[in-house]
Amino acid sequence: MTYIAKPKFHHPGLKKNELGYTHRDYEGKISTLCAGCGHDSITASIIEACYELSIAPHRVAKISGIGCSSKTPDYFLGNSHGFNSVHGRMPSVLTGANLANRDLIYLGVSGDGDSASIGFGQFAHSIRRGVNMTYIVENNGVYGLTKGQFSATADRGSKSKKGVTNTDNAIDLVAIALQLGATFVARSFSGDKTQLVPLIAAAIRHKGASFIDVISPCIAFNNHAGSTKSFDYVREHNDAVNRLDVLVGRDPISVDYAPGTVQVVEQHDGTKLALRKLDADYDPHDRLGAQTFLQKHAAKGQIVTGLLYVDPDADDLHTHLDTVETPLNTLDEKALCPGSAALDKLNASLR
Amino acid sequence: MSVQSPISSVNDFVVRFANVNGSGSASANELFARSILRHGVPVSPRNIFPSNIQGLPTWYEVRVTEAGHLGARGGVDLMVAMNPQTWDKDVASIEPGGYLFYDSTKPMPTSKFREDISVIGVPLTAITNSTYTDPRQRQLFKNIIYLGALCALLDLDPKLVEQLIGEQYKGKEKLLSSNVHALHLGRDWALQNLKCPIGLRVKKSDKVGDRIFIEGNSAAALGAVYGGATVCAWYPITPSSSVAEAFTAHCKKYRHDPATGKAKYAIVQGEDELASIGIVIGASWNGARAFTATSGPGISLMTEFIGLSYFAEIPAVIMNIQRAGPSTGMPTRTQQCDVISCAYASHGDTKHVLLFPEDPAEAFEFAAAAFDLAERLQTTIFVMLDLDIGMNHRLSRPLKWDDARQYDRGKVMTADMLDEGRDFGRYLDVDGDGIPYRTYPGTHPTKGSYFTRGTSRDRYARYSEEGAVYADNMQRLVRKFETAQDMVPRPLQANAAKPTKYGVIYFGSTSPAMDEAIGLLESRGHHLDRLRIRAFPFHSSVASFIADHDFVYVVEQNRDAQLRQLIVNENGIDPVRLVPILHYDGTPITARFIASSIGDHQDHLKVTPLRKAVS
Repeated sequence: MTYIAKPKFHHPGLKKNELGYTHRDYEGKISTLCAGCGHDSITASIIEACYELSIAPHRVAKISGIGCSSKTPDYFLGNSHGFNSVHGRMPSVLTGANLANRDLIYLGVSGDGDSASIGFGQFAHSIRRGVNMTYIVENNGVYGLTKGQFSATADRGSKSKKGVTNTDNAIDLVAIALQLGATFVARSFSGDKTQLVPLIAAAIRHKGASFIDVISPCIAFNNHAGSTKSFDYVREHNDAVNRLDVLVGRDPISVDYAPGTVQVVEQHDGTKLALRKLDADYDPHDRLGAQTFLQKHAAKGQIVTGLLYVDPDADDLHTHLDTVETPLNTLDEKALCPGSAALDKLNASLR
Repeated sequence: MSVQSPISSVNDFVVRFANVNGSGSASANELFARSILRHGVPVSPRNIFPSNIQGLPTWYEVRVTEAGHLGARGGVDLMVAMNPQTWDKDVASIEPGGYLFYDSTKPMPTSKFREDISVIGVPLTAITNSTYTDPRQRQLFKNIIYLGALCALLDLDPKLVEQLIGEQYKGKEKLLSSNVHALHLGRDWALQNLKCPIGLRVKKSDKVGDRIFIEGNSAAALGAVYGGATVCAWYPITPSSSVAEAFTAHCKKYRHDPATGKAKYAIVQGEDELASIGIVIGASWNGARAFTATSGPGISLMTEFIGLSYFAEIPAVIMNIQRAGPSTGMPTRTQQCDVISCAYASHGDTKHVLLFPEDPAEAFEFAAAAFDLAERLQTTIFVMLDLDIGMNHRLSRPLKWDDARQYDRGKVMTADMLDEGRDFGRYLDVDGDGIPYRTYPGTHPTKGSYFTRGTSRDRYARYSEEGAVYADNMQRLVRKFETAQDMVPRPLQANAAKPTKYGVIYFGSTSPAMDEAIGLLESRGHHLDRLRIRAFPFHSSVASFIADHDFVYVVEQNRDAQLRQLIVNENGIDPVRLVPILHYDGTPITARFIASSIGDHQDHLKVTPLRKAVS
């Protein structure tokens, strides 16, 4: 329905955030996805998180690969530059963009085909390099745009809409991200915005490689009985280990929590993450523990969601490369070119 | 004794060292080449090496050439045979009347020699073993000892060699004196036991001038530093790895902020070539100057992204150090075999700009220019080196930079321009040159953002599958490519001394062999006008050059006459008028090959009228 121009007018009394932007300023074009698609809820959550964080919309670069999920950056942050790149190659494009200008916020949007199949390598390597980004996989276990083939995150034994049983083992991107050193790892469900919005907000505020796997049912091809990525199945098997509130800047912790139930994590930039424990044994600072926990629960058929791991003192690729604070794309010939005197000296050394 | 008289030549001969790779011979051999340069005599050295680290045969060839012929000559006048594995072939490759230098510690049966060459035995192992006990020292100093013996045999000034050793081991006195000692061990033995010098001699001259001795890959990497590249992403592949390694070294020297020590560059070794080009495209999209270096197999992997760069109009610089293909081919042998695969890389209708440097000086210039061109044209620019230019030290005119030069960042719409109310259409051709304006991400809170995609879109970057909208965009891209014609380095023409109906077109590393071949051909009475192509798209002078001649030879280093195909295809030239001269065995093309191929063709013409030959 892209032929319908989205009206720009809005209610004059619409609430504004700290920067004076309304919710509408974070929206994009009208979605062309199927009505009821889980991805549209994720789009709404991204809009909400950016509004809540009072991010200047144009300071975000949204980069995606190819597929239904990768189309979504057109549907949020209409004043941001977007890049719908090559299938499975969002991570490399994002890495390059991030190296060019460390001052923007990088939002990588991908799908399970894009990140677990064709782009599995790029997913892995961007995580292990610690690129400062928020990497969201809109995970529906199925190839939507090509009409319903299994993806690599489809669980073994789950059934396709046509009744075929998947015999391949599933890739758990969260487990891989943990193993590869992601410093912020979460899983959520597109049907649970109250859980998802703060997770996206916290990931954006995290310096380092943030990864969020969002189970996002495909209404057209993967929402039937026998699917393990359907709305019903995910609701029944969702095992949330915690609930998150993100507190930015000077905001005091105003939410009332029962003593002992809340863990406050302070990130580099001062953002406080208030974690309400739902599972008393779960420690989001224990990478190894998280891996074991995930595997144990997966074996029981449970989908563990929440903030699974965070390292508040993480660093990123720019730290590793020790690059200047000034974005590289602003450096001119004065800063970059050694000049003729240096060249004459070099010439002399080569004789 | 042989009836063949030994070759006698001053400052004009070829020495070839046959070694085992991993034996440490490379630095001694390079020292040999450099020491001749210090005599004011040009040399042209070439590494001939296997795709292997230790144990396989490797050769180092030094052409000593007072006349300054920097192409490979072919043939060997003095063979330094240090590798028993290749002995028979090495001995067989010596020119009649040539010389064989070998380690005579163990006696060799006479059947292992040739009657028509002079044999020079030096008991290298014996000398080494009586002086050194450490096995590694024995290995390394053996190389310096043969260098010392060659000093005596070729009449090199030992002071100049010592001076070079002194520069190499500056501050490492112990290494310095032990190397000088080894040099004299070899030299003294030769002076006392052999007739020195032999027929081949080096005599001091003044033909080197202010030229520098540098590898093309290092020069290209330096071009990237001077050209303002800040992001480099690469994946190791022979023969291109040394571009990224040299870029790293140059950046460490020139690109650290003096106050903070921080890096004004970012280098990432990608997980593969796909990631490397992806990083380049992401960085360029975001307004940084970025490049990758690779070779044929890497180009094959990058083609999807190259199509994106073409269609979504994102700058990228790819340095392709060509090697012999197809497939893995001959990874350590040279060719010019990616002309077609780069010119038309990727699916759909695509065309890309190619630059063809002839030597390190042009590699430097074209590498720097590639970043201006990439940003001006908003597309991929290929800098097409090959192994011969890239991985060999070449005597080259000094590198030059004009300090007044400013980078051409191309058409970038700024926040101020947007605020002035300038109409921004990402794919809108406002100037008629086919080049639209772009904005960098993060430019303006409400204006100038757009969605970059590899799918079809209209002039304002809105998704569209309308046939007319698609065709409009594709036609603009053709217009842009026409604009490129006048921006890229022009072909250089050199006319024969006498008016002639025949011409020759060549490019890249063929250059020095071609220059030399012209002289050889002239001595046979064949005169040719020359045109060296330096870029694709072809300037109009290419078509006029062909039109001005009855027919034109196209000399290139691949099997399928790829440049000729490209000329025929792009300029609508009758293929009969372009005669292919093809060298593709993986060795660098030689003047002898060109002169004999063209000469034979020309001789043949004198017998048969052209009309008959082509009917």
